[in-house]
Amino acid sequence: MDRRTISLTVNGKRITRDVETRQHLGDFLRRELGLTGTHLGCEHGVCGACTILLDGEAVRSCLMLAVQADGRHVTTTEGLASADGALSPLQQAFWEEHGLQCGFCTPGMLTTLTAFLRENPNPTEDEVRDAISGNLCRCTGYANIVAAALSAARRMRGEA
Amino acid sequence: MKPPPFTYHDPRTVSDVLSLLGSLENAKLLAGGQSLAPMLNFRYVLPDHLIDLNKVDELAYIKIEGRRIRVGAMTRQRALERDDALARACPILREALAEVGHFQTRNRGTIGGSLSHLDPAAELPGVMALYDAHLEVQSSSGKRTIGIADWGQGYMTPNLQADELLTGISWEAWENPHGHAFVEFARRKGDFAAVGVGCLLSLNPDQTVKRAAIVLVGVAYAPVRVMSAERLLLGKALDIEAAAAEARRIEAKSDLFASGAYRQRLAGVLTARALRTAFERAKSGG
Repeated sequence: MDRRTISLTVNGKRITRDVETRQHLGDFLRRELGLTGTHLGCEHGVCGACTILLDGEAVRSCLMLAVQADGRHVTTTEGLASADGALSPLQQAFWEEHGLQCGFCTPGMLTTLTAFLRENPNPTEDEVRDAISGNLCRCTGYANIVAAALSAARRMRGEA
Repeated sequence: MKPPPFTYHDPRTVSDVLSLLGSLENAKLLAGGQSLAPMLNFRYVLPDHLIDLNKVDELAYIKIEGRRIRVGAMTRQRALERDDALARACPILREALAEVGHFQTRNRGTIGGSLSHLDPAAELPGVMALYDAHLEVQSSSGKRTIGIADWGQGYMTPNLQADELLTGISWEAWENPHGHAFVEFARRKGDFAAVGVGCLLSLNPDQTVKRAAIVLVGVAYAPVRVMSAERLLLGKALDIEAAAAEARRIEAKSDLFASGAYRQRLAGVLTARALRTAFERAKSGG
């Protein structure tokens, strides 16, 4: 078995682990670290549920190996709220706008939109829809997710 | 554990990659992983060795010298998309990149990975075909340069030997101002397109066509330039319908998602759309 020792920062915590090199990052987060907030849906990059932030950029955790995250900063959905448990403006907006039903796609939606709103703080509805085009939701019809993203963007710009 | 067992290698230099490639049996190169990782997860690919290129910093660069563009194979699609100088020189690239997967996959995906994976519907090989790009390939026994027209050797088969690495791509940007458009038809945003059409167009002062390039992706195993349309447009007022008719005549493959006849129809419609947009942009200074 091919193994490596990796050190990375996950949600602000420095972590060192011995991993099998073929383990993908999503499985590593869930199985080795117990961070089951990252959901694995399709495991071939289509559904977006496993999206995490790698050095702040949204990526599919099922499409990279844990060993490739050595030395990097990973943020999962568990790392989006403040240390005191206060929800991020985006999480708060999902709550208020009822931006989730079963919750399976939610971690990927939140990480994706966190990265997107950082780069585009004043998006149009079309731009939000384009940003989440790689995140499948089978419950909501997306309307409330889009509403939540736009509401969070307004709040983060200090408009509401 | 989804991926099959392999031995992982993470070389830091091109020469280390080449010596690994030259010595290991059944090795696979890992670029951005946005196509290879699914194939590993599904166990469609069973390599004994995985050579990760992500730490080979010398393969990630964007160099613009006048109209000469040189890009390293491990340059991320997102890096290409965000580069304003590159967007000024080759505006079609940013438009086409918006159709490549989703921004989360473009954060990892690379231009060299797209070209080496060579999905028939991939946008980047199509754009490179518009520019008649050259691909630089290296092995431990030397270097060679391959024109994009000779790159596709068959379905998902680039002109690359088992011990060779695609290191970089270079092309000549068109003189500004010029028009451009990349349009495609896919069932859902971000899916592989049934057909995509890219087009570059420059006009004479009297608005006749000075130079035209049209490419189809998704119709054959590799991008197809519609040379007959490009030729008939030259020196005349833009005849969109005649060009679209040429695009419809290109033989197109049938698969589960679309018949060849449907793809030919799409090729005509999308060529007309792309030319119309490129013409408007060319008239208004790119």
